[in-house]
Amino acid sequence: MSEPLLSVQDLRVGFATEEGVVQAVDGVSFDLRPSEVVAIVGESGSGKSVTAQTIIGLTRANNARIEGSVKLGAVELTSADDAEMRKLRGERIAMVFQDPMTSFNPVYRLGDQIVEAIRAHRPDTSKRAGKERVVELFEAVGIPNAERRVDDYPHEFSGGMRQRAMIAMALAREPEVLIADEPTTALDVTIQAQILGLIEQLNRERNLATILITHDLGVVAEVADRVLVMYAGKVVEEGTLDEIFYDPQHPYTWGLLGSLTRLDRPRPHRLPQIAGSPPSLLELPEGCPFRPRCPHEFSKCTQYPGLEARLADSPAHRDRCWLTPEEKRGKRQVEGQIGLEAPR
Amino acid sequence: MIRFVARRLVGMAAVLFAVSVIVFVVFMVLPKQNPAQSLAGKNATPLLVKNIEEEWGFDESLPKQYLTMMEKVFTGELIQYEPRLPVSDRIVEGIPATFSLTIGAAAIWLFFGLLLGYLSAIRAGGWLDRILTGVSIAGISVPVFLLAPVLIYVFANKLEILPNGQYVPFSEDPAEWLKHLVLPWVTLAVLSIGFYSRVLRSNMLDVMNEDYVRTARAKGLSERQVMTRHVLRNSLIPVITLFGLDFGATIAGTAIITEAIFDIDGVGNYAAEAVAKFELPPIMGVALYGAFFVVLMNTIVDIVYAYLDPRVRLGETASG
Repeated sequence: MSEPLLSVQDLRVGFATEEGVVQAVDGVSFDLRPSEVVAIVGESGSGKSVTAQTIIGLTRANNARIEGSVKLGAVELTSADDAEMRKLRGERIAMVFQDPMTSFNPVYRLGDQIVEAIRAHRPDTSKRAGKERVVELFEAVGIPNAERRVDDYPHEFSGGMRQRAMIAMALAREPEVLIADEPTTALDVTIQAQILGLIEQLNRERNLATILITHDLGVVAEVADRVLVMYAGKVVEEGTLDEIFYDPQHPYTWGLLGSLTRLDRPRPHRLPQIAGSPPSLLELPEGCPFRPRCPHEFSKCTQYPGLEARLADSPAHRDRCWLTPEEKRGKRQVEGQIGLEAPR
Repeated sequence: MIRFVARRLVGMAAVLFAVSVIVFVVFMVLPKQNPAQSLAGKNATPLLVKNIEEEWGFDESLPKQYLTMMEKVFTGELIQYEPRLPVSDRIVEGIPATFSLTIGAAAIWLFFGLLLGYLSAIRAGGWLDRILTGVSIAGISVPVFLLAPVLIYVFANKLEILPNGQYVPFSEDPAEWLKHLVLPWVTLAVLSIGFYSRVLRSNMLDVMNEDYVRTARAKGLSERQVMTRHVLRNSLIPVITLFGLDFGATIAGTAIITEAIFDIDGVGNYAAEAVAKFELPPIMGVALYGAFFVVLMNTIVDIVYAYLDPRVRLGETASG
C-alpha cells in the first residue's frame, strides 16, 4: 500500500450557534491514496459536505471550531494560515461544487473565470496563454467547440456543460486531489452518468485522487474504490465498494441500499425509504444516533459502539453496530434483498 | 448590443413624447382658466392675453395646439412674459451652475457612499461597521434644510473659511468656483452617502453568500480579489441603477432646495422662482427639461446595466 496523499485524523468541526454548538463533524478519519476514489455517503446534515469543505479550509469562520488533523503530504491543513491555504487551493486540492448553475459568477465569461483560477497561482500567465490552456481543458472535459465556447457566459451553457466547465476549472492547475461535492445532484440522470464517466476517466488517466461526496449510492457504485457512510457527523461504516454493497454491516447502510430503485428487481409496491428523519445535531439521542429510526434496536444501543472491524477476514471493513455479523446477515434480508424493514 | 441600444433609444423617444403630451394636457387642457391668461401671468393686460391666444392658436383643435406648443419649445419661442425672456435662454444660463452642483455632489456621494459601504461590508459586525452604520443613519436622517444652515453657520459665519453661497462660473475663477461649491456639494451629498453605503453593504452581504463566491475562494483567490472582483463587482449592479435614477432626479428637481438655500443661480432656482410667481411658461419649460434628464438617465442606466450584467443582454435578443 502506498503512502496516503491526504490523511484525515479524528476531524471534528463544530459551529457555535445561538442554540448551542452544532457538532457537524465528530471524529472522522480516513486516508486518501494516490489515484484512489473515496466516496463519502450520507443524508443531508450527516456532515459529509462540512468534512469536504473543511479539508480545503472553506469552513473557517469565527464561529467554527476545527479540531483534529488534515494532512496533505507533510502539510498540516487545519493549522495552515490563510495565505498557505490559499496557495494550496486549486494548486494541490481543487473542488467541484454541487450546483453548476450558481457556482460560476454570472457576469464574467467562463474562460475568463478559469484564467482567473490559473492566474491566482501563476500571475505571470498571459491572457493568451491562459485562454489556450482553457481551450485545452475544455477539450479534455468534452466540451464541444471549445475554441468558441470559452468566450461564453455561464448562462449560455447547459447544466451538464457548466459542470464540465467546473471540472475543467478544477483541473486547471493539475491538482493532486479533487473534491467533488455532490457533483451530479443538480443534473438530469443522463447527464449525471456522463459527468460520473468524466470523473472516472480523469481519475484513471490522470491518477487524480478523488473524494466524492454524495447522498446517492448509485453514484458511488459507478466510480468509488472505498466508501465511508456518515450519519450525524460520524462515520458509521467504511469499507471497499464491494464490502459495502455486498456485505453491509450497519442498518443505516442497509436502508440506503434498500432505498435504491433498481430496474433489475421486481417493482416494489411502494418505494422503500428509511423511516423518520436525521436527528438534530443539537439534541442527539443517547447512544447510537440512528437508534430512533432503526427497527433492530436493542438494549445495547443506548451506548454508541466504536468504529471497529467486526469481520475476521476483512480488517478494513469497520462499522458501528452492536449486532453480530450473523445477526446482521439474517436481519438485512428484506423480501429477498438487502434492505431495512419498516420500524415496528 | 447595438440592437439593444437602438431599442432603448426608441423607447426613450416614446417616453419623452408621452411626457410632452402629459405636460400639454396638464397645463393647457385640464385647467378651467383660459390658458392664455395663465401663460400671460397675473398682471397681464387684456391685449397681451389676446395676442397670446392668437399666437398659441387656442381656437384650433387640441392636436394642432399641441404641435404649436412643441414647435415653440423646440425653436426657443417658449417665452416668459414678465420680463419678456425666452425660457430656453434662462434654462441654458442655469445649466452650468446646476450641473456643477449636481455632478460634483454625485461624484462625492458615489465615492464616499461606496467606500463606506465596502468598508462596512468587509468588516460586518465589527466596530468599524457599527461606527459607519451610525454615521450613515445620521446622514440619512438629517434634512437638507437643517444641514445647510448648520454648515453655513459653522464654515461661513464662524470659521469664515468658505463662502455662504452663490455661484462663480468655472471659466471666471476655478478656485472660487470650487470654494463656492464645497458646502452645496456636501449638503446635497450627505443623504445619499448614507443611503448608498447602506445599500451597498446589504448587497455585498447578500452576494457573499452566493455559491460563486465560495468557488472564487476555492480556486485560490486572495480575500481581496474575492471581495473586489466577485462580491463588489456583482453588488454594484443594483447600485448603478439606483445612481442613474437618483442622478436624473437630482438634476430634475432635488437640487432646487440646495440651490435656493445657497442662492445658486441654476435651473432649480429658476424653477423655484417661477413656482413662487406662478409663471406658467418657465414651469412648463423646466418640467420638460427635468423629464428629459430623468428619461435620459434611465436610458443610460439600462444600457450600462446590460453592459454590467450579460444576462440582461441575452433576455433582449431572445425576446426580440
